[in-house]
Amino acid sequence: MSLEILAVDDSRTMRDMIRLALLPAGFTVHTADDGVHGVEVLDGIEPDAIITDINMPRMDGFGFIDAVRGQDRHRATPILVLTTEAAPELKQRARAAGATGWIVKPFDPEKLVKALQMIAS
Amino acid sequence: MTETNPTSSIELLTFQLAEQEYSLDIMSVREIRGWTRATPLPQAPRYMKGVINLRGTVLPVMDLAERLGLPPRAQSDRAVIIVVKHDECMTGLLVDAVSDIIALTSDDLQPPPDGSAGGGGVVSALTLIDDRMIRVLDLGATINVGEGLAA
Amino acid sequence: MSEQNDPMAEIRASFFIECEELLESLQDGLQIMDEGADDSETINIVFRAVHSIKGGAGAFGLEFLVRFAHRYETVLDEVRAERLAVTPEALKVFYQAADHLSDLVRISRDNLPAPEERTQALLEALSAFLGDSDELADAPEEEIDFKPMGISLDLGTDGGDGPDLADLEGLPPLPPLPELDAPGTRHYQIRFTPMAELFETGNEPALLLRNLQALGEMHVTCDTSAVPELAQLVPEIPHLTWDITLETEAEEAEIASIFEFVEGLCRLDIISDADAEPPGTVIAAVDPTAPEMPEAAEAEVPQAPEGLSAPEPLPEQEKEPTAKPAPAPPKPAAQAPPTAKTIVRVDIDRIERLVNLVGELVINQAMLSQSLEQSGLSPHSDAMNGLEEFQRLTRDIQDSVMMIRAQPVKSLFQRMSRIVREASGAVDKDVRLIVHGEDTEVDKTVIERLADPLTHMIRNAVDHGLESKSARLAAGKPEQGQVNLSAAHRSGRVIIEISDDGAGINRPKVQQLAIDKGLIPPDAVLSDTEIDNLLFMPGFSTADKVSDLSGRGVGMDVVRTAIQALGGRITTTSQPGEGTTFSISLPLTLAVLDGMVVEVADETLVLPLNVVVETLTLEAGDVQMLRPGRNVVRVRSGFVPLLDLGGALGYRAPLEDMTGAVVLLIGQEDGSNAALMIDNIVDQRQVVIKGLDESFHRAPGIAAATILGDGQIALILDPSDIISNAMSAHLTVAPQTRAEGAIA
Repeated sequence: MSLEILAVDDSRTMRDMIRLALLPAGFTVHTADDGVHGVEVLDGIEPDAIITDINMPRMDGFGFIDAVRGQDRHRATPILVLTTEAAPELKQRARAAGATGWIVKPFDPEKLVKALQMIAS
Repeated sequence: MTETNPTSSIELLTFQLAEQEYSLDIMSVREIRGWTRATPLPQAPRYMKGVINLRGTVLPVMDLAERLGLPPRAQSDRAVIIVVKHDECMTGLLVDAVSDIIALTSDDLQPPPDGSAGGGGVVSALTLIDDRMIRVLDLGATINVGEGLAA
Repeated sequence: MSEQNDPMAEIRASFFIECEELLESLQDGLQIMDEGADDSETINIVFRAVHSIKGGAGAFGLEFLVRFAHRYETVLDEVRAERLAVTPEALKVFYQAADHLSDLVRISRDNLPAPEERTQALLEALSAFLGDSDELADAPEEEIDFKPMGISLDLGTDGGDGPDLADLEGLPPLPPLPELDAPGTRHYQIRFTPMAELFETGNEPALLLRNLQALGEMHVTCDTSAVPELAQLVPEIPHLTWDITLETEAEEAEIASIFEFVEGLCRLDIISDADAEPPGTVIAAVDPTAPEMPEAAEAEVPQAPEGLSAPEPLPEQEKEPTAKPAPAPPKPAAQAPPTAKTIVRVDIDRIERLVNLVGELVINQAMLSQSLEQSGLSPHSDAMNGLEEFQRLTRDIQDSVMMIRAQPVKSLFQRMSRIVREASGAVDKDVRLIVHGEDTEVDKTVIERLADPLTHMIRNAVDHGLESKSARLAAGKPEQGQVNLSAAHRSGRVIIEISDDGAGINRPKVQQLAIDKGLIPPDAVLSDTEIDNLLFMPGFSTADKVSDLSGRGVGMDVVRTAIQALGGRITTTSQPGEGTTFSISLPLTLAVLDGMVVEVADETLVLPLNVVVETLTLEAGDVQMLRPGRNVVRVRSGFVPLLDLGGALGYRAPLEDMTGAVVLLIGQEDGSNAALMIDNIVDQRQVVIKGLDESFHRAPGIAAATILGDGQIALILDPSDIISNAMSAHLTVAPQTRAEGAIA
């Protein structure tokens, strides 16, 4: 199952890692550097799922999820939050913002692929 | 050049300086070019002829005869610059004329009878070709004048 | 190092490059906080830098880096949550932690052993800022939590295809309790009622069921009793309950993990036939992933301000009265990237190649111009007009290429702030480094080669320049010493100044030392400037004892050599009791120069155009002899020392009759002028700088060389050096010392 993914992370290393994890699975990967950039990139694509970091400049992950959910066509687009924390409050907050799920960094590439396959139709 | 011979073989470029024959290991020679006027360097020692343009890089040129303390002579029109590379550093050596390339083995070389023979230890060996004595120069000692010999 | 074909190695390499950038913004942020800013964006920047390093480090299994970054980040998070105030003590630890983090990054990069002791000490220092409960709860957990493995997604598979099931069978069975039919099939009754919020998070019941189905044999019935009349139906609000029977070998935890993301967003009951417990185990309370991370208080993080809201303009001057002689640019605003700039990373070799090619282009263009001009074409001909356009384009290309190599000096200056911290700690002085003009751009190579000399000078300033605390207090100065480091563009060069507010150069002591070391004759009468210049002589060191800091076998002579190798000059000024300033003047780039081409004694030479203030032709009576060998020329109402360039370079004996000669007025760094006599001016043009290394017997005053249009090499002069050499020749033995390499 080939999916189109938008990954938003301010760390180049993370973006590279995500790309490296997803490309072999046949996914199409778009990336953005922060929330503001993510919203811009989203404008031109129809991703099957979105991955986003939380701590980012300009617009953080919560703000980004908010902005995505605010768009009619993305109200149901699955969004995975990438976080180094497994804190329950963080999950709660991400979910309140509208995140579909979360994955803890550092992630195992296979598990990231599986998680995406599970939440995206 | 193959390394099958236990006594390693070397090739030498021989050239003339003030009627004497000298030589250098061909491996350190990059090219030979005709004499062009060098731009003199102020306050440089006499043997530094100056610098020339070698395809876009600045090449220092040394008058080898002056460097070895040989008697002054008029520069012949056969004078050429041997461009050598030593320790990543390119230098031009002005010589009177290039003679030949000779191949020989290390057995053919003998140490100079007096260690200091010829220009401050720059002659590392001697050899005989057709009864002519050829001095083999130690390139490092020839070029690196500033180090160790400074006043 | 990194193999071309190993993408992980490439990402690893790029991670360490990114770390350098993150460490830079970390330093920046701390600096801004140090200057009194406490806006949330600055703290966020600092936090994010550490956070991103941790994130990447985890991916590469760099555990000690993760561990340290985690603790650091935890403390910064307290600041972010406004539970911890940024005191000077806290900042000091933050700086130390930043330095150590930078060490750990390099250690990780180079696969060196981790410095346990230092790490431990700083971890403890950081922990001291955390409340007891936080710290204690935190310590044992983090080790487990940050093993470099994802742990949250022990999930099933999609679509129920074969390979994934096989994969699941391959999992080692981990029965928590001895089961009756442990390895065998189990039956689960699952009742699942999605709530409205489930849809708002982009979750989809159908997908959950699909994922469940992948675990084994599944039977689903749908309870539609809650579905309202069609008229009241809101499509996005679920009204359905699914009753699922599942026959699978999977553990209950595995089933639960499928519902991990929707936990709390649905009613979910899982009843296993193996369960001895009463039915209705609500797994909503179970969190399979998270050993608690108590302090990650994301919930209290203020939303990052959208857009560019610069932190409110604090009255920084008042907050920091001593720190800022000039108002600093609004740094916090500059930190937020104004737009998402597209940045391309390019191999430096490619840039080098381009720079070299452009250099060749400039030479080629000069040669073409020369031959066209000699061909006697009309200046209005198409060819000449085209040539003009060609020259303009060449210059534009050259400027653009140079821009590629230019970098702000900031990274260099940040390294210096660390040097100050370390050096002041080592000699027990309280020193504040004040930095200006860190956005000044300089050629990358220049920046790299400045690091060593600058480090040495900064150490010197802390070690020798500044007095001890007690001496400062005795002199009526504040206990805290100040070292200023600044960069600025000034008339086509970069000026870097290092100054301190210490005691100034102890001139009698310097002179005595020079006499003791035989550097100058005992009876030499020296001006203050000349004494100051003794510092740069080889073999000179002012310290009575070789101190730990600056006495590492290098003196200011080595600094000066390094600066000169960059085509730069270094000068010093000092006021007793008030301090010392070292000023380094450097070319903007190592590649090109706007030059004036002149002739002297049949030699063609190039001078940097920007030092030529004025040109004049000598008339009878203009030149006056001061004493034999020393002339002055009258320029308007003043007298300026005159030097024959041909004589100074040893091209000819000093001229007797100077009438008709051309004189260039050269502006000196100190503001005064001197006059250089030449034969005539040939041209003004841009020349490509070709470096001359030490093996060239480079004389003082010869900065570099260039290749002219006719293919000949011309030397590029440093007129100030020539002038100061000639002027001081009678006083010190410096010229002989300098020429030592030349005497064989």
